[in-house]
Amino acid sequence: MSSPNCMVTNEWVCGEYLRTRRPELVDAVVQHIGITAASVVIGVLIAFPLALLARHRRAFAGPVLGLTTVLYTIPSLAMFSLLLPLFGLSASLVITGLVLYTLTILVRNFLAGLQAVPDEAREAARGMGYGPVRLLWEVELPLALPAMLAGVRIATVSTVALTTVGAIVDYGGLGTLIMDGLDSDFKAQVLTASVLCVLLAVGADLLLLGLQRRLTPWTRVASGTSRIRRRTDRSGSPDRPDGGSGDTERRKEKAAQAA
Amino acid sequence: MSAISGAYDWLTTEANWQGDKGVWHRLAEHLYFSGVTLAVSCLIALPLALWLGHIGKGGGLAVNISNAGRAVPTLAVLVLLTLTPLGRHGDLPTFIALVLFAVPPLLTNAYIGMREVDRAVVEAARGMGMSGGQVFRRVELPLAYPMVMTGVRLAAVQVIATATLAAMAGKGGLGRIITAGFNLQDTPQVVAGAVLVALLALLVEGVLAGAGRVLNPMKGRSGVAR
Repeated sequence: MSSPNCMVTNEWVCGEYLRTRRPELVDAVVQHIGITAASVVIGVLIAFPLALLARHRRAFAGPVLGLTTVLYTIPSLAMFSLLLPLFGLSASLVITGLVLYTLTILVRNFLAGLQAVPDEAREAARGMGYGPVRLLWEVELPLALPAMLAGVRIATVSTVALTTVGAIVDYGGLGTLIMDGLDSDFKAQVLTASVLCVLLAVGADLLLLGLQRRLTPWTRVASGTSRIRRRTDRSGSPDRPDGGSGDTERRKEKAAQAA
Repeated sequence: MSAISGAYDWLTTEANWQGDKGVWHRLAEHLYFSGVTLAVSCLIALPLALWLGHIGKGGGLAVNISNAGRAVPTLAVLVLLTLTPLGRHGDLPTFIALVLFAVPPLLTNAYIGMREVDRAVVEAARGMGMSGGQVFRRVELPLAYPMVMTGVRLAAVQVIATATLAAMAGKGGLGRIITAGFNLQDTPQVVAGAVLVALLALLVEGVLAGAGRVLNPMKGRSGVAR
């Protein structure tokens, strides 16, 4: 048991802090999750049409990918500050900035997923009389889903981390606690909020991984038989830090189909 | 859009560029942080990644490090380091945090670049009687070069961005113009600082992309479309 004095002696780990400041911590976590979830959901809603557009009109692909990459280069503090005149000090400022960051990852992965759908599958569906909407909904989307969800996972994890910077406008979820802790030299608060933030990222990642397994049960069946091949594949797969791990997913899919 | 014209006014006011809190001094701090960090990170990450890539081991490590790096909030690390005893040593927390975030992209890209070199080419080089060192210098390194440079570029941009956050932990750099603007509730200054930081990041990205292309050892050789 930690002594009740750990708040006074300013220890890094402090049970008393956890007990007495629970409502504050819960509020921060709720705000953090809210901002992250809103950003990723809005990001998905914007990225999907953009990816479709980029796929159908080749002329769009370059500018769309180029623009979203440029957005990613802008440091987060600058991004939030640039949006200040438009939104004032508000949660929508933070969410808008984060949405812009998710677009880079999401558009790239969505596009990679859609482009990886084998032409034979598309041809077969067309031959069976599928219209463009039904083709997209029933054939292309399920086949592209693993790569698309991989993009959502990367976007979510980095958004959880970036939300902390929202503390500059007081809407940073756990980041706000971290900054307050810095100002008042409150070690327990800084460490607790930081650990919670990492736990949130890991938790969100696992949750989405579970969702991905549920939504694409067919990849799981195949993955059991082709695990060895996948492992050898992965050793050389380019998981680019710019978030384009679509290649990995595409290879996995190929391996799954071959099995 | 009074904030934008205000930001323009701020940027064109000579007094804002001079002195200890002026743009030139903050820019110098920013470049000093970023430059030293990038050099140290390259010295740590590149030899390790190139060596691991050459012997073909440690692939899981290289990929996992970059995945884990995404989950760690930069700001939290900076603040944590500032509150530790290290925080008493001036800029040391900033340097450590920056190196921490620059190493993963360098490591991952350099390693992947080495592993993506066509095995047949390496075999052929060995068959011609090249030693391990020769294969490394004359075959693997030139072919891996574009990926290695991509890593350097990513790391540089990441360092520039993270150096901005150092201001939130009370350190120098261009971010300080933004945080000072927030404290003074001076929106034009906030926007002006943000424009400067964004421009610097884009400029560094552009210059490094250009330099990477010009310095490519495979430049002008036929049949190499990597």
